[in-house]
Amino acid sequence: MTAQAPLVAATAVSHRPAKRRTSTRLLISGAIVLGVLVLIAIAAPLIAPHDPESVVVDEVLGAPSLAHPFGSDALGRDVLSRVIYGLRTSLAVSISAVLASMIIAVPLGLLAGYFGRWVDTAISRVLDMILVLPAMLLAITFIAILGPGSVVAAIAIAVIYLPILARVMRTSALIVTRNDYVAGARARGSSHFRVLIGHIAPNALGPVIVQASVLAAFALQLEAGLSFLGLGTQPPTPSLGGMLSDGRDVLLQAPWVEIFPGLAIVVAVLCFTLLGEGLRRSFDPEGVAE
Amino acid sequence: MTDRGNGSASSPGNQLLRVEGLSKTFYTGGPPWARRRVHALDDVSITVEKGQTLGIVGESGSGKSTLGRCILGLTKPDSGRVVFDGQDIAGLGPRALSSVRRRVQPVFQDPYGSLDPRWTVGRSVRESLDSYRIGTPADRDRRVLDLFDRVGLNPDFASRLPGSLSGGQRQRVGIAAALASEPDLIIADEPVSALDVSVQAQILNLFMDLQNDLGVASVFITHDLGVVEHVSDRIAVLYHGVVVETGDVDQVMRRPTHDYTRTLLAAIPIAAPAPTPEN
Repeated sequence: MTAQAPLVAATAVSHRPAKRRTSTRLLISGAIVLGVLVLIAIAAPLIAPHDPESVVVDEVLGAPSLAHPFGSDALGRDVLSRVIYGLRTSLAVSISAVLASMIIAVPLGLLAGYFGRWVDTAISRVLDMILVLPAMLLAITFIAILGPGSVVAAIAIAVIYLPILARVMRTSALIVTRNDYVAGARARGSSHFRVLIGHIAPNALGPVIVQASVLAAFALQLEAGLSFLGLGTQPPTPSLGGMLSDGRDVLLQAPWVEIFPGLAIVVAVLCFTLLGEGLRRSFDPEGVAE
Repeated sequence: MTDRGNGSASSPGNQLLRVEGLSKTFYTGGPPWARRRVHALDDVSITVEKGQTLGIVGESGSGKSTLGRCILGLTKPDSGRVVFDGQDIAGLGPRALSSVRRRVQPVFQDPYGSLDPRWTVGRSVRESLDSYRIGTPADRDRRVLDLFDRVGLNPDFASRLPGSLSGGQRQRVGIAAALASEPDLIIADEPVSALDVSVQAQILNLFMDLQNDLGVASVFITHDLGVVEHVSDRIAVLYHGVVVETGDVDQVMRRPTHDYTRTLLAAIPIAAPAPTPEN
């Protein structure tokens, strides 16, 4: 009988740290690789061995070599340099799109979740109107109106993700608002503004950050998709999606033109997803046990 | 049969809080045809005199917490008046309401949900001092430490997060936070029901000591007649949103007039219950 209690205690103790360690490992590995990618993107002009846009006729579809580790494409441009610059474009578009989306979604969700009633109804209905439209269709409509380009692609992605992020923030704010410390803060004389900034936002932001990290992965794919279709980043500016499109025509003669940008997309998407998953688990230690 | 309103003769000059004919109806969720009305409060009238403790007893769902929230101005009643120190709080502008709020402070049931997990407990206690701009910042620091001392906590705790405190310690912090703005009335909603029995007694004793020392009146909301007998001067029994009985503690406990009160009294566990045959 006495042996029972320590046994239960031991399993309870040994379970959680192990799970916690997994989540920390996910988080750290995702963050480290993503950090490296971002550094590469920022330092592109310093790192890239060649000018990504310089056409060298002699080296058309050159196989990977010491001078061109990733080979060269149909116009003789260095694929490694183009991947580095393409990564720069793709990360810039996806991260800025998600950040822009957050800047608008967080306050909207905060107000809807905290005040409820007609404020919630008004905000939620407008967001639903965006949500019912298919993402790609919405993006293409935007581009049809504003013309193709990286900035327009970023705006379109930001608008697409706005209702998703705002909904997550709304739900999260709604849950936090029910806590007694919020009622207590009002009774202790804090204004709605102070309650929102001091109590609700810090406690409700976790799930939104997780969602944003996951959405950044989708944003990267969406940007690549748009550029692949020729609607996003315009040539000759290198972008990962655009390179996939270029490589398609020479897939059998020179697969490296296709493979390396494809790998870059996979790695970048994986990083955002790992980061998101790690963040989710560390924000939600209770859920880890399940 | 029932004794609504004033159980004992109270002179208006001594009256701190008067709740008159308060009603509040909630609607259950779901599609409009399936919604049902729930009368959380139905024509409830109570009074609290200065320095006095009114115990509000009732089972869960009887509207006790709604009554507390209405008095705090956190929930708007459908009808009826909450008159604090001669002022109807429904008719007050933001500034006057703020000055009333400063004098009516809550203590909550759940010591885990009543403190912001990201705020140090010192900051939580300081919250009302900051928002009501009481004293200079240095005064406020000093007052926070005094309050920790007052509720029997080491002032070093002020820099801790609630996560590292026990339920009883958190409830002490909650009481310190309620006392910070020097209120005249504390609305305590089940302040001990989430705590272990031994800790319950400590917190109840702290509560009574503070009331004796500071002369704060309180509305003590609980489902536990045993607890309410301990701390209250008067008792109001709430049943399905209706006050079925009010009176002095002795009167209600010894000579209950309403059947529901008798049922509640019968439910109080006896110190050494006789073994039942089933077990």
